[in-house]
Amino acid sequence: MNNVLAEMFSYPFLTRALIVGTLVALCAALLGVSLVLKRYSMIGDGLSHVGFGAMVIATALNVAPLVVAIPVVVLAAFLLLRLSQNSKIKGDAAIALISTSALAVGVMIISMTTGMNTDVYNYMFGSILAMSENDVRLSIVLSAIVLVLFVVFYNRIFAITFDETFAQATGTKAGLYNMMLAFLTAITIVLGMRMMGAMLISSLIIFPALTSMRVCKTFKSVMINAAILSIFCFFVGILLSYVFATPTGASVVVVNIVMFLIYSGIGFVKERG
Amino acid sequence: MSLITCKDVSLAYEGKNVISGLDFSVESGDYLCIVGENGSGKSTLIKALLRLKSPSAGVIETGEELLASEIGYLPQQTIVQKDFPASVYEVVLSGCLNRLGRRPFYGKAEKKMAQENMKHLDISDIQRECYRDLSGGQQQRVLLARALCATKKLLLLDEPVAGLDPVVTQELYQLIKKINKELGITIVMVSHDMNSIIKDASHILHLKNDNIFFGTTAEYEQTSIGEEFIGGEERE
Repeated sequence: MNNVLAEMFSYPFLTRALIVGTLVALCAALLGVSLVLKRYSMIGDGLSHVGFGAMVIATALNVAPLVVAIPVVVLAAFLLLRLSQNSKIKGDAAIALISTSALAVGVMIISMTTGMNTDVYNYMFGSILAMSENDVRLSIVLSAIVLVLFVVFYNRIFAITFDETFAQATGTKAGLYNMMLAFLTAITIVLGMRMMGAMLISSLIIFPALTSMRVCKTFKSVMINAAILSIFCFFVGILLSYVFATPTGASVVVVNIVMFLIYSGIGFVKERG
Repeated sequence: MSLITCKDVSLAYEGKNVISGLDFSVESGDYLCIVGENGSGKSTLIKALLRLKSPSAGVIETGEELLASEIGYLPQQTIVQKDFPASVYEVVLSGCLNRLGRRPFYGKAEKKMAQENMKHLDISDIQRECYRDLSGGQQQRVLLARALCATKKLLLLDEPVAGLDPVVTQELYQLIKKINKELGITIVMVSHDMNSIIKDASHILHLKNDNIFFGTTAEYEQTSIGEEFIGGEERE
């Protein structure tokens, strides 16, 4: 075991993947609790598809993927939020609409330019090799911003998650904090999607939150548990991925599934007992 | 000066006028009950009083000593809350958010306030329990404690007893009466349950399209609109 770990850390690309992955897993878990409770789970999924489209376009134009993806996904996040709040097309349908559109446009562009190559495959299902030095620096800065904002606004986030109308009525600018949540989610998704893959990144947002809710009884403990669980699952997942040469994203999700089942079992027993 | 004064207020809901020419005022210490059929604009009026919606005509003034953000509010429960993993204490404390200003975290004063309000509503012993595991009546008490944290003067209640059984409903009315009498907090409540509230409320606002009644409960019982709404079987 120790040998495997030492071996892993001797590869710079794996060290980078671990750093970025841990940060993204942490941010995704924290944001996830609020998103899942606000019934916005599918926003993460929608955004990752938009991110996929944006990255394909970036590849076609030969520019750095993150430079294109971050603004596009942030914009999409605001749009999705608006759509899900006050439109004739209700939230879930709006998200499905946008995510499939982005996917379709992405696939069209692929077929007209490069064709299905390894880059595209990696965007969809993730690659452990995706992180460059620059990406690591950017990830550290952005996740630091996500974490700081999250801690500073923790009490506001609780209030708008539990009861938006009450928060608004008592003078909290709920719209602003919703936008902030969408913004932070967008950034987290773009950072994580190249390692986890566009198809699987939303699992990082949904799984830790849902799993923690099986057992935990307070908001704070759900948050803390989700954060630790998310990092743990990511770590075990990447270990599996290294040992069995499986794709990173899928490995992490599989570990998350196992934890979800274990927690559900514990929750069930507790409820009965 | 009144806590709230509505002058010739009109309210629209999805483009349609639901209330027009609404005139009433709420004085400190009042217990005002807003009644009326479904779709008569009760919830819209509550939203307007909370400044979540602006009137299409007229003005809603709040007295100098009452800031719009200092109104305690007991909303109708949402689906999101039914399975929300938060402790009673966390929910009650979140009512203090409007006292924070620019501070990010709650201080001693807010925590003490949350404890006091839990004591008022007799939920101190369940403060560590999970909100989603509570009964409907207990959940309403928690939300009431949270609303008390947000205000020292005025409480707006939107159908607080919806979905509760008769015993719990009576308990909740007792509590609201106690809050009004002992803590001196003004109550504005929307309710369908006329027979129970007519004993407690000091004023009634009856919304029925163009036929609006506003006055004391005693006056209301004398009017034809009141008689009709209270129901003949209760009156000999």
